[in-house]
Amino acid sequence: MNITREDVLRVADLAYLDLSESELETYRKQIDDVLEYIGKLNELDTANVEPMAQVLADDQTADATLRDDIVVPCRVAPEILKQAPDPEPPYFRVPKVIER
Amino acid sequence: MPTNQSITAVREALKARKISARELARDYYQRIGARNPELNAYLTLSEDRAYAQADRVDTLVAAGGPLPLLAGVPMAVKDVISTRGVRTTCGSKILENYIPPYDATAVERLEAAGAIILGKTNCDEFAMGSSNENSAYGPVRNPEAPDRVPGGSSGGSAAAVAAGLAVVSLGTDTGGSIRQPGAFCGIPAMMPSYGRVSRYGLIAFASSLDRIGPFANNVRDVATVLQIIAGRDANDSTSTTAAVPDYAAAIDKSVKGLRIGIPKEYFGAGMDPEVRKKVEAGIELFRKLGCEVREIRMPHTDYAIAVYYIIATAEASSNLARYDGVRYGLRVDGDSLLSMYRKTRGTGFGAEVKRRIVLGTYVLSAGYYDAYYLKGQKVRSLIAQDFRDAFAKVDALVTPTSPVPAFKLGERTADPLEMYLADIYTVTGSLAGVPGISVPCGKICGKLPVGLQIFGPPFGEGRALQLAHAFEQAGGATV
Repeated sequence: MNITREDVLRVADLAYLDLSESELETYRKQIDDVLEYIGKLNELDTANVEPMAQVLADDQTADATLRDDIVVPCRVAPEILKQAPDPEPPYFRVPKVIER
Repeated sequence: MPTNQSITAVREALKARKISARELARDYYQRIGARNPELNAYLTLSEDRAYAQADRVDTLVAAGGPLPLLAGVPMAVKDVISTRGVRTTCGSKILENYIPPYDATAVERLEAAGAIILGKTNCDEFAMGSSNENSAYGPVRNPEAPDRVPGGSSGGSAAAVAAGLAVVSLGTDTGGSIRQPGAFCGIPAMMPSYGRVSRYGLIAFASSLDRIGPFANNVRDVATVLQIIAGRDANDSTSTTAAVPDYAAAIDKSVKGLRIGIPKEYFGAGMDPEVRKKVEAGIELFRKLGCEVREIRMPHTDYAIAVYYIIATAEASSNLARYDGVRYGLRVDGDSLLSMYRKTRGTGFGAEVKRRIVLGTYVLSAGYYDAYYLKGQKVRSLIAQDFRDAFAKVDALVTPTSPVPAFKLGERTADPLEMYLADIYTVTGSLAGVPGISVPCGKICGKLPVGLQIFGPPFGEGRALQLAHAFEQAGGATV
């Protein structure tokens, strides 16, 4: 077994994800199968291989992709707040975080 | 009006005043009204926006001046691409009522070129899936065979064009999500190079893989749409400053003497024998066109699915952290902030999305990062090197798009791993960043389309389109 019930619970906790009992066991089994399959990567010796951190990086120099940091007006707050489940303009309201 | 139109046909009809842009849009909405209840290709129709744009086009036509490239062309946009004022759900309950405050750059450019956005198309939730069965709003049916899937994740965009409910459409491709549904629905579909098309306004799934690209009824229309959406965008730092070539000019060039590589690894076990026959007939057609066909090796192909499901899920787990019930989308109340987060995400996301968040969080978590994520990034380097080595020897690669034709609804939903393996020939190019196009390559059992995939070198869209166009013109769709 590659992944235990406790692992799934720990990870779901890290991801702030509520899972039901049945989801927990179904996902554990399915993810276990996927990890088993992923295990085939161990057939390859990658000790001297650099990880790929950029896609098609040769083509993108820092000069080409970085721009000057200029402040421009952006008056979208009212429209954005309209999409919030519980807005209190100009704020997003959330359940109480700090107990007095 | 014929069912399947081209950009040229729309242009000529408008110029000859045979139809107005408004009448054309209305025709398409009537067709959608008749066909969509069965196909479920569209999730949201943007009629007000479409008619307002049609009226602008009709004003241009009346003035008799030059028309922009896509004047009056009815199009569909995958529901993971932001449209100002038009609901954008990502196929998820968590964004059921989300209305973006801005347009994606690709959408803005297409509208500026005169396109008429009819609506938003169904897809797997957050583009995670290969059959469109992971949509929270029900599956899409394949117009060629309604008991079968249209492919995914851009199933709605593929089905809309194939069924004549749009002339062109936009999809997104992370591991095959444009090319595979293009193959399943029997239409050309292209994933451009990483960095070729701005992703500003694309709701992110896996940022080192996600790309926007077109579906159309013919390769020329794919080239035209790509021409408009390609190029640097200051709002997307991953979009390249490399010049955009003239794709329309590229596609008419002769393919004689071009070297085509056939990677042996793409014809292995698990491939439907009928699909193999069609793709081999397609390769024979390239020989007849004067291409030099060579067998080559890409030794790390067989590891691509394993790498993909590490990297794509890791990036997804990070990108989808934003759905927290605070700024947009669903909120399910809880007795604390953390409980609100957990309930919102547990309720709002569907099964495949939750599975991928769990897997992605796991491969990134302390103690497992080196064994999975780092290992995956290293093997990704080897896969990209396979492509560099291949393009040192040949001008393009030809492979099947998918090992199987469109499968039946429900046939593969029980086993996620089996579904993942359907992407075996497409994820390689996604990981390497190269462009790929799927073109129709005959039908099996008289009705199920087969797709032939052409990979070009980085930013070699013109080369891939040129070969795809020659293949199409030589009768590739009926090999």
